[in-house]
Amino acid sequence: MRELAYYEAKFEALEEIMAADQRVHLINGTFLSLSPHRHVFQNLQKKYSDRMMMPPISELGFCGLAIGAAMAGLRPIVDLSTGSFIFEAWPQVANEAANAFSMSGGQTRVPVVFHLFHGLRGGGAAQHSGSPQAMLWNCPGLEIVIPSSPRDVKGLLKTAVASDNPTIFVDHTRLLDVRGDVPENDKPIPFGVADVKRPGGDVTLIATSYTVQVALAAAAKLAQEGIEVEVVDPRTLVPFDLAAILSSVEKTHRVVIADETHQSCGVAAEIAARIAETGFDKLKTRIRRVSTLDVPVPYSPPLEAHIGPSEARIMDAVRTAVA
Amino acid sequence: MAVKKNNSQELVALLRRMWLIRAFEEKVSVLYAAREIQGLVHLGIGQEAVAVGACGQLRVDDYVYGGHRSHGHAIAKGADINRLMAEIAGRATGYCRGKGGSMHIAAKECGFVTATGVVGGTMPLALGAAFAAKERKKGQVAVVFFGDGAGQAGPFHESLNIASLWKLPVIFVCENNGYAEFTPLSAHTKIERLAQHAKTYGIPASTVDGNDLLAVRGAMSEAVTKCRAGQGPAFLECLTHRLRGHYEGDPAKYRELSQLAEWKKKDPIARFTRLLKSRKLISDQAVESIEREARGAVEQAAEFSLASPWPDAAEVAGQVTA
Repeated sequence: MRELAYYEAKFEALEEIMAADQRVHLINGTFLSLSPHRHVFQNLQKKYSDRMMMPPISELGFCGLAIGAAMAGLRPIVDLSTGSFIFEAWPQVANEAANAFSMSGGQTRVPVVFHLFHGLRGGGAAQHSGSPQAMLWNCPGLEIVIPSSPRDVKGLLKTAVASDNPTIFVDHTRLLDVRGDVPENDKPIPFGVADVKRPGGDVTLIATSYTVQVALAAAAKLAQEGIEVEVVDPRTLVPFDLAAILSSVEKTHRVVIADETHQSCGVAAEIAARIAETGFDKLKTRIRRVSTLDVPVPYSPPLEAHIGPSEARIMDAVRTAVA
Repeated sequence: MAVKKNNSQELVALLRRMWLIRAFEEKVSVLYAAREIQGLVHLGIGQEAVAVGACGQLRVDDYVYGGHRSHGHAIAKGADINRLMAEIAGRATGYCRGKGGSMHIAAKECGFVTATGVVGGTMPLALGAAFAAKERKKGQVAVVFFGDGAGQAGPFHESLNIASLWKLPVIFVCENNGYAEFTPLSAHTKIERLAQHAKTYGIPASTVDGNDLLAVRGAMSEAVTKCRAGQGPAFLECLTHRLRGHYEGDPAKYRELSQLAEWKKKDPIARFTRLLKSRKLISDQAVESIEREARGAVEQAAEFSLASPWPDAAEVAGQVTA
């Protein structure tokens, strides 16, 4: 098995996508945020200069442009870079792209991908650390993809570009250097298929994005205490693989959900509601959420660390769930 | 001068198209008053010359985007009035299966991509169509209609800037009807002519009498020719007026009656009819029969719509994602 860094797998996916489909355009950004690996992007930019464009700082304008181009037959990927910047394009994403297929009665398809880096990043503070995926989950018509590993980022990016729907690709800068197995010629990963990242029989720990990595570290430590945690990664929020989660709950009867969106109406809230609605009889204890506290993200490192779904908070939640 | 370029049959067809729009919207108004149509409806009665003058210069494969007052744009681009009326009536046979309604008309088959209920909302979308057209190299253009209210909104400025910067084949058609919803333009901006903005962004712009069909047609012809030739975007401001309120049911007390009377004198259909008659291109009988045929077609569209089934509740889960 071949091992790659997350950023390498992601970049490899983009390279293969650009080579395979002339309709794909990358609008804005470098796909790697401010990471030191930005240079790997430059060769690709030279090779596909006609299909990789840097627009002015007009998120509303260039997201709308990408939506319109998708309606007209192209398959654009828009890089919003910092997740909070999607708020600048909100009318186009939430009110045009999400609605177009439905309100045209199925006439208008919008195969566009909005890529963004969400979440706590180390000093991003309130305006550069947003996790808009929960708000976007409230916009029917969008698909939401949220990878957590090198293999997933590659396979899911391919499916996102192939999708006929507007797709939000929710990424995290803290994943870029994570290493993992990525088989050569791996198949695209279908949407709506959760992945058990670590099997275990005592507690189902559902996590998304970078928090999957935090959850895996927590699970390794908890194993030393004799608690076997099953880490389940939904990989896509829309569509959502509730069946996989329920089948894990059937085994463990205990649920902890760890995620970086804010607690109120957050990703963990929606997952908890779905489990409670359909799997309540499987539960032996209440569902526990480890979300970002309901405060604007503070700048100072200890404050930022305090509000997020840290390893310590996750471990505490798991311990109380099995107590 | 413009008349010489157009043959008489073409000109009569333009009159016919304006009458179809007028009759259609008057029927919508009647059906709305009778509660046969129950949604939010905005009519462009009095603005037909802009829609017909502009769309008459387009090919089927050109892209048109509209706004909340776009029944006329869709008809001018070739939309089927039965399916359009059925959509406004919320029926299953409508273009959008009753999911879009008056403000969200889409008639993809004839190149009317979509309208929007958001002021300025389709301006960035039209950039995208132009972007795709530019790459396809078949000389297609994108056209977006919007009102003077859009000039004060963000998407207007971002779109003009990007269109100019990337030399996109998009034509911005501003229907300056003097009112942004319920207040005059002077209450929204110090800019008198929205074409001034276009010049700021380096886009060739002109302002024409939007109730003069041939003036719109002439300016549009020039814009389309340049756009197809790869010379980048164009901006066309058409000064016009809606003779109804902002929405059906709007008492429009904000408008002086004398102002309305002045604009009624400039009715684009009456004006164009007088022109055709003065040039002996059409007879009184032909004019009457054009109006009669339009009203007849619209009656049929109304009958078709009201006889059409409501969408089934099972339909609601369909077409959320492809």
